[in-house]
Amino acid sequence: MAETLRVNPIACTGHGVCAELLPELVTLDEWGYPIVDPGPVPPALDRDARRAVAACPALALKLTKSEEPARSA
Amino acid sequence: MSTAVNQSAPGGAARQAAAGLPRLLPQTPEDLRAHLGRYGPTPYRGRTGALIADVEASGLTGRGGAAFPVHRKLAAVARAGVRQGRTVVVANGAESEPASRKDELLLQLAPNLVLDGLQLTAEAVGAAEAHLYLHAAPGPQILRALAERAARGLDRVAVTITQAPPRFLAGQETAVVNRLGGGPALPTFQPPRVSERGLGGAPTLVQNVETLAHLALIARYGPRWFRAVGTAAEPGSMLTTIYRPDAKAHVREAAIGTPLRTLLGDGAEIQAWLVGGYHGTWLPLPDAAGITLDNASLRRFGAAAGAGVLAALPADRCGLTEAARVAGYLAAESAGQCGPCLNGLPRIAAALAELAGSGHRRQTLADLKRWSGLVEGRGACNHPDGTVRFVRSALTVFEPEIRRHARGQCSATNRRPFLPLPDGLPTSEEDWI
Amino acid sequence: MNTAFWYASRATGIVALLLLTAVLVLGILVNRQGRLPGLPRFAVTDLHRNLSLLSVTFIVIHVFTAVLDTYVHIPLISAVIPLASGYERLWLALGAVSLDIMLAMIVTSLLRGRLNRILWRAVHLLAYASWPVAFAHSIGSSKDLQQGWMLGLAVACAMIVAAAAIWRLAHAARQVPRARRVAAVFAQHSSAEHRASAARQARRTVAR
Repeated sequence: MAETLRVNPIACTGHGVCAELLPELVTLDEWGYPIVDPGPVPPALDRDARRAVAACPALALKLTKSEEPARSA
Repeated sequence: MSTAVNQSAPGGAARQAAAGLPRLLPQTPEDLRAHLGRYGPTPYRGRTGALIADVEASGLTGRGGAAFPVHRKLAAVARAGVRQGRTVVVANGAESEPASRKDELLLQLAPNLVLDGLQLTAEAVGAAEAHLYLHAAPGPQILRALAERAARGLDRVAVTITQAPPRFLAGQETAVVNRLGGGPALPTFQPPRVSERGLGGAPTLVQNVETLAHLALIARYGPRWFRAVGTAAEPGSMLTTIYRPDAKAHVREAAIGTPLRTLLGDGAEIQAWLVGGYHGTWLPLPDAAGITLDNASLRRFGAAAGAGVLAALPADRCGLTEAARVAGYLAAESAGQCGPCLNGLPRIAAALAELAGSGHRRQTLADLKRWSGLVEGRGACNHPDGTVRFVRSALTVFEPEIRRHARGQCSATNRRPFLPLPDGLPTSEEDWI
Repeated sequence: MNTAFWYASRATGIVALLLLTAVLVLGILVNRQGRLPGLPRFAVTDLHRNLSLLSVTFIVIHVFTAVLDTYVHIPLISAVIPLASGYERLWLALGAVSLDIMLAMIVTSLLRGRLNRILWRAVHLLAYASWPVAFAHSIGSSKDLQQGWMLGLAVACAMIVAAAAIWRLAHAARQVPRARRVAAVFAQHSSAEHRASAARQARRTVAR
């Protein structure tokens, strides 16, 4: 099943490990915080994505299976 | 600023009555006796879920700003409650939008309608715990209403009152649950949604107090009655807080679909409209003059009704300055939890302040646009998104003013601030409790 | 045979102490978003993790060789149950306490993705308790470490850990509290603007 990468912006403190391990899907903004590709993770990158999730020192990165609910107002 | 809150628009009272309005607001505060005399007792259905079908048929959407279909929230919480065994309902009267006065007035004039709605939703989702979350200390009308209802045994679920801190984010759904749980009124990351796991881990229904009042009437008069005003796609009425050039807040109940010019006016003394409060959208005049108070119409200009704050900016003010003031407030009210919002909003506000000053660097506008793109969608709540929408629409609508300021000029002849902002910005953790 | 076990236990114990020192310092480096020169950021996190697993491996050998050695009787259970050993009761108890904490840290870290973030962090912070206890165990139960260059080595480890911990605490003390972060960004941006504008002024003056 297609998974998407999501970052918990409250937990994230801008370590930047995710961007190093998964540059195809994660870039850092000018303040060091990750900009994550919102689309489904291509199967070829699945292993790298899991590695990035495991490596995040702040446990801020998650791979989610279902379609994500929108944030509420 | 004293809140002169009056309901009827000059000359509009007859039109309103013909339309079956007002529905929610009596002329004077109604005690329980008057309320029961007018509406009868709380129409409990006798089982959970029964009300939800009527709410769905009525097409009621949330009146707190997000306009989410109420029946879907009710159904989600009820379903999750069956799995979990426990649910909680919250009447959200935080009214964190500084320019909004409707919830405050509703709670003064018709607290029993709100409390009826709260009890009815508690029954509908099987909740044994109910909360009333208020912007300020509870007024005498609310306290009296609760006492009178308790004396009559009208309320099946006890209601706990909690006061929200005066923060812009205090009324956000996850912030409400956070505060009620004893923490600060700060948003939390979703998932899980509060309708799945909220207060104390239980599925929690958070509903604006006006929404609950509409629901209390739908429970009595039915979905067809509710749909008698409004549009087919967006039925019913809504409370609006209106700011016209006299700068006093008017709260008025309007049928959805009412032309904005009826509510705000669009004469030569008005240069632009603001729709949807401080996370809302500036509308240019005369281009937007034909817009009506429904999201289908407002969408054409990228706007939405939100919590019903409508402002007509006088022609003698500087729109850029007003926007910069509000942007500064919105930045200061950031929770400071998410890197992009924390870093982006102050910079956006500072850039807008520079544009509103005299002469600005070419780079500033480009920076502003870049930062706006960077913060959107990257917070745990939609504070950055709403702020960017407000700022972007200001840059569009007040573009001629930006060019004037770049040359050291300004078209305003009146430097008095127009849009209301509270004093006192948060400086310590206590300010969020 | 016995002597070999005994020597192996002593040696692996000392190596474990060195490794644990490195692991703690690396853990602090990760938290501080520090870099190892010439290496990418993920190298710090990976090294921290790999060395921690290596440490546990050495500790396991350290424990088993001590148990297998028959010169003194050390029941296996005393590695995790404090005070269950007759021999050097107190010092081994400290070792057990330290190992218990490490096991909790390892287990929660292996299950990291499934655990509540706050819970994981709370257990992980016990590292600051585990290391000093392991250090006390090392000094107390090992004659090697109580003299000569080995004592010097042990003291050096303690000083490195102390320095790293102070560095970490200093940062925590300097951290801007959440409620003041926005104001700090405003101030930072404004001073950056002033410096940039002063630089522009200076360039203009020079150009003239």
